[in-house]
Amino acid sequence: MAATPLLEISGIDKSFGPVQVLHDVSLSVYPGEVTALVGDNGAGKSTLVKCISGIYTIDSGTVTFDGNQVAIHSPRDASALGIEVVYQDLALCDNLDIVQNMFLGREKKRGIVLDEPTMEQMAGDTLASLSVRTVKSLRQLVASLSGGQRQTVAIAKAVLWNSRVVILDEPTAALGVAQTAQVLELVRRLADQGLGVVLISHNMNDVFAVSDRIAALYLGRMAAQVKTTDVTHSQIVELITAGRSGNIGLPPEKPSDFGGEIVDITPGGDK
Amino acid sequence: MTTTTTTAGGVKVVKPTVASHINDYWGRVRGGDLGSLPAVLGLIVLCLIFGVARDTFFGALNFANLFSQGAQYIFIAMGLVFVLLLGEIDLSAGFASGVCGAIMAILLTNHGWDWYTALPAAMLTGIVIGFVLGFLVAKFGIPSFVVTLAAFLAFQGILLKLLGGGKNISITDSFVLKLANSNLSVALSWAFAIIAVVAFALVQLNTVRTRAARGLVTDPMGIVLMRIGALAIIILVATAILTQERSINPVINSVKGVPIVAPIIAFFLIVWTFVLGKTTYGRHLYAVGGNTEAARRAGIPVDRIRISVFVIGSFMASIGGILAVSRANSVDPNTGGSNILLYSVGAAVIGGTSLFGGKGKAINAVVGGAVITVIDNGMGLMGYTAGTKYIVTGLILLIAASVDALARRRAASTGNR
Repeated sequence: MAATPLLEISGIDKSFGPVQVLHDVSLSVYPGEVTALVGDNGAGKSTLVKCISGIYTIDSGTVTFDGNQVAIHSPRDASALGIEVVYQDLALCDNLDIVQNMFLGREKKRGIVLDEPTMEQMAGDTLASLSVRTVKSLRQLVASLSGGQRQTVAIAKAVLWNSRVVILDEPTAALGVAQTAQVLELVRRLADQGLGVVLISHNMNDVFAVSDRIAALYLGRMAAQVKTTDVTHSQIVELITAGRSGNIGLPPEKPSDFGGEIVDITPGGDK
Repeated sequence: MTTTTTTAGGVKVVKPTVASHINDYWGRVRGGDLGSLPAVLGLIVLCLIFGVARDTFFGALNFANLFSQGAQYIFIAMGLVFVLLLGEIDLSAGFASGVCGAIMAILLTNHGWDWYTALPAAMLTGIVIGFVLGFLVAKFGIPSFVVTLAAFLAFQGILLKLLGGGKNISITDSFVLKLANSNLSVALSWAFAIIAVVAFALVQLNTVRTRAARGLVTDPMGIVLMRIGALAIIILVATAILTQERSINPVINSVKGVPIVAPIIAFFLIVWTFVLGKTTYGRHLYAVGGNTEAARRAGIPVDRIRISVFVIGSFMASIGGILAVSRANSVDPNTGGSNILLYSVGAAVIGGTSLFGGKGKAINAVVGGAVITVIDNGMGLMGYTAGTKYIVTGLILLIAASVDALARRRAASTGNR
C-alpha cells in the first residue's frame, strides 16, 4: 500500500455560528485504497465532506493534496484538483440521457456546437473502464435506469475527469442486495485503478467488505483512523457510538473538552 | 431476438433495427413520453372533420390563411416553450407582444422611422421586458406567476397609454405590411422548399455518417430515410398547394405562392431547435428544468439561465406582435389581448411541452399552434359562434393538459421519468 497520502487534512475546525461542528479533525486518503468514513448521525461526516469539496470553507487547519498544501474555496477548486463527490441524491437530471448527464456542465464543443460523438465515445470508454458492459443504449434517459445503474452513472460521471479522489456519500443506502454488491465492486475497482476513494456508509458490512482503512467520527472529532484488518465490527461500532474502544479512540472525556478553560461550578467554589 | 453490438469503449448495446426502433418509440410513448404525437394525431383528425364538413377548408386560399392566422400564437408559443421548460410561466407575453407592436407602429407612423430601425426597436423592447421579468423572478425569487400577472395588467395599461387612451394607429410601411400579408413568388417558394428538404436530408445523413465513422450506434437507415421522406412529402405537397392560384379573380389580382410568414416560422423553428438541441445553453436549459439542484452543482449559472428564458420569451412575443400588427395593418388596445396569451400557452402545451418543466421542443409550438388555428379557422368556416369556439378550444387544452399530467404519472410509475 502506498505510504504517502494523496489527500491529507489535519486540524480542521468548522463552526456554524456558535456551534462547533468539527474539532481538530484529521483524515488521510491514500491512493489505491478505500477509506471508509463512518460516524453516527450528526457526527460531522457531511460537513467534513463539504469542507473537502469546497462547499464550506474551513475555519482553520490544513489541506495537503499530493504533497502540496492547497486552499479549497469552491467546488470548482476541488474539481480542478481532481476531487469529485458523488452525493447521496446523485444529482442526475432524469430528463437527460446517460451521456448528457455525465458531461453536464463540462460539455465538449466543436465551435458552438456540442460535440456529441466525442462525448459519447468518452462516456463509453469510461463506463467500459469501470467494467459496465450492459446498458441498452448510452442515449437512454436516466429516468429509465435502475437505482444501481444510476449510481453507476453518477460514479462514472465523477471519474470521467481523471479524478484522483472520489468521495461517495452513502452509495448503497437505497439499493437492493444485488445492486449493492455491484456498486461495492465498482468502488473496489476505482481504488484498484489507483484513485483515493472515500466511502461514507452506515452499513458495517459494506465498510468491512471494501475498505482498507476506517475513519470514525464521533461528535465532530476524529475518534480513530485504523486499518480495517486491525479492528472488528464491534470495535468500530463502539468507536461510532462512544468515541473509543479499548485503547483506541478518543481519550476519556475531560472537562477541558468543553470550551477549553475549566470553569468551576462547585457551589461555593468561587472564592 | 435482439442482436447486440459494441459501441464506444466496448460497451454492449442493443443494435437497433427498423422494427426495434419503432418498438422503442412505442415503448417510450406507452411509458409516458408522448412528445408531439397526440397533437399530430389531433391535427389530422381535426383536418379530416373540417375537410369533410366544409370543402373550402382544404382549399388553397384557406390553407394559406392558416399561416398568417396562426403566426402570432406560434411565435409567442415558441418563446413560452423556453419559459415552460424551466417550469415557469409568462402570463404577460400577450400584452408584451401588443406593447412591442405598438412601439413599432408609433415609430413608423408617428415618428416616420424606417422599418429597419422600427423593427429592431420593437424587438429590443421585447428583450428589455424579458430581462426585467427574468431579473425579478431569478434574483428576487418572486414566483413567475405573480411577476407576469402584474406585468400582464401593467402592459395592458402601457398599451392604452401608448395609444393615447385607446386610439387606433394604422401603419403604411410596405415592408411591414408584406410580412403577414404577402407571398413569395412561385419560383422562390419552390426554391425554399427544395433547399429545406435537401438541407434536412444532408444534416440527417451527415449525422449517421459521422457517428458510424466513430463506431457509435446509429439510427437504422430505414428510419432516417422515412424521416426525410415524410418531411419531403409534407413540404412539397404544401408548396404545391400554396403555389396554386387562389385569387377569386385572378385576372385583376393574382394570389399565389407560399406566405412570407411560413419561412419566418421555419427560420425561428430551425434556430431554436438548434439552440435547444445542439448548444451547451440548450443542454443547460433542460438540466435546470429537470433538476435545478443538479444543474447548480454542475456549475451551471441557474439564475442567468432563468433570466435568459424570459428574455427569449418576450423577444418571441415581440416578433408575434410585429406580425399581428402587420396582419391587422394597425395596432389597437386589444392587440395581444383577449385570448392570444391563452391560445399561445395552449399551443405550447397541446404541442407537447410539459407544464412541469424539463420537457419541450420548438416544434411543439408549431404543431400546437397549428391545432389551435385549425380549430379556430375550421369552426369559423362551419359557422359556429365565438362562444362555441372558446368552449371547444378550452376542452382541447384541458385534454392536452390531462395528457401531460397523466403521461407524467405514467412515466413515474414506469420509471421513465
